[in-house]
Amino acid sequence: MLNITSIKKGLVIDHIRPGMGLKIFQYLKLDQADFTIALIMNAASKKHGKKDIIKIEDVIDLDLAMLGFLDPNITINVIEDEIITDKIKLSLPERVEGIIKCKNPRCITTEERNVTHRFVLIDHTKGIYKCEYCDHIYSWEG
Amino acid sequence: MLKGRHLIDPQDFSIKELESIFDLTERIIESPEDYNSICHGKILSTLFYEPSTRTRFSFEAAMLRLGGSIIGFSEPGSSSVAKGESLADTLRTVGAYADIIAMRHPKEGAPRLGTEYCPVPLINGGDGGHQHPTQTITDLFTILQAKGRLEKLVIGLCGDLKFGRTVHSLIKAMSRYEDIEFLLISPKELQVPDYIRQEILIGKGIPFREVERLEEVIGELDVLYMTRVQKERFFNEADYIRLKDSYILDRDKLLIAPEDLVILHPLPRVNEISPEVDDDPRAWYFRQVKNGMYVRMALILKLLGVK
Repeated sequence: MLNITSIKKGLVIDHIRPGMGLKIFQYLKLDQADFTIALIMNAASKKHGKKDIIKIEDVIDLDLAMLGFLDPNITINVIEDEIITDKIKLSLPERVEGIIKCKNPRCITTEERNVTHRFVLIDHTKGIYKCEYCDHIYSWEG
Repeated sequence: MLKGRHLIDPQDFSIKELESIFDLTERIIESPEDYNSICHGKILSTLFYEPSTRTRFSFEAAMLRLGGSIIGFSEPGSSSVAKGESLADTLRTVGAYADIIAMRHPKEGAPRLGTEYCPVPLINGGDGGHQHPTQTITDLFTILQAKGRLEKLVIGLCGDLKFGRTVHSLIKAMSRYEDIEFLLISPKELQVPDYIRQEILIGKGIPFREVERLEEVIGELDVLYMTRVQKERFFNEADYIRLKDSYILDRDKLLIAPEDLVILHPLPRVNEISPEVDDDPRAWYFRQVKNGMYVRMALILKLLGVK
């Protein structure tokens, strides 16, 4: 089994759905970072069989709403002196701004300049969002 | 308190606030002369980005009957919109001249976006296939007038339920009253959009059935809301030919309808209600169209805070 050494101070983004790790890596622009980072793909997971993990040897600001939208099953571990000092469980955010675009061709957001696309969560269990302007439904499929 | 508010969605106002509009509408109908100069010095702007006869005239007639004035355009080609001005800038500009704005826009959600910039009350006069709240307040007022209640009703909506904004607004508004059941009569490709089914009907646990033929359910209805089905909305000619007569209300279909049925239509009508129905006491659509002007008079007074 591949071993990645533990980190002294930083963040571990854990329980990422397999295949989503690279997307999150790219979204966080970790390819441009000058600190130590590990992207682990297809690690063994008791819950889901497989998972992706990102280890970051630094404390950076994370947009939890965005991460929750990308994968609501993620856990973020905050590490200090090689010990987990905080565990943050993510969930689908109530509001999503500027992440996804409305797919309704008749929506005003397709025409007006400088509009932030906004969505509101209307069904927590099914992960259904609606466009705040035209009410068009967007299903979270991961 | 409705002064200074926008009206974009039929649920923007509470049931109590709607009742206050109905009360004022009734008072205006009883003695319109008491209100004929109450808005002297006030300006309504009608910004119609797509054609409309009824809604625009209704707003303008409402403001003129209140003694106010109107400015605006009936198609964007004659305004700075044609030069590429954004909706945000148009509303900020017109909001500097007018006291209240009624806007129709082909893009869905345009009025909601407009509220982020508009400094005066903004009324949605219809946005694409989305919502048409002033038609809905008119519909509610007419149902109340005809039935004496807005609860315990079986409401049939017939025709194009997918793109019919008046239908979406009416379902949203009626979903707040007790013991409402919807019978949705349309071809499969013109059923209500997902957001209405998911958020309003399933989300609120409101009983509803979707059927293809009006004859199947007309006998069960308290209110029948007719809308136009356009041939071009069908995916194939065969379905259109098979179903087109199902969406035309005529004397034969009324034979199996309840005696106290209330027939509504947002108008304009093409051929979905046969003219022979017009004289039937159950036909309320021309009373409904007149109510539309009085309701808009009440709405303008409420949003301007004029007493």
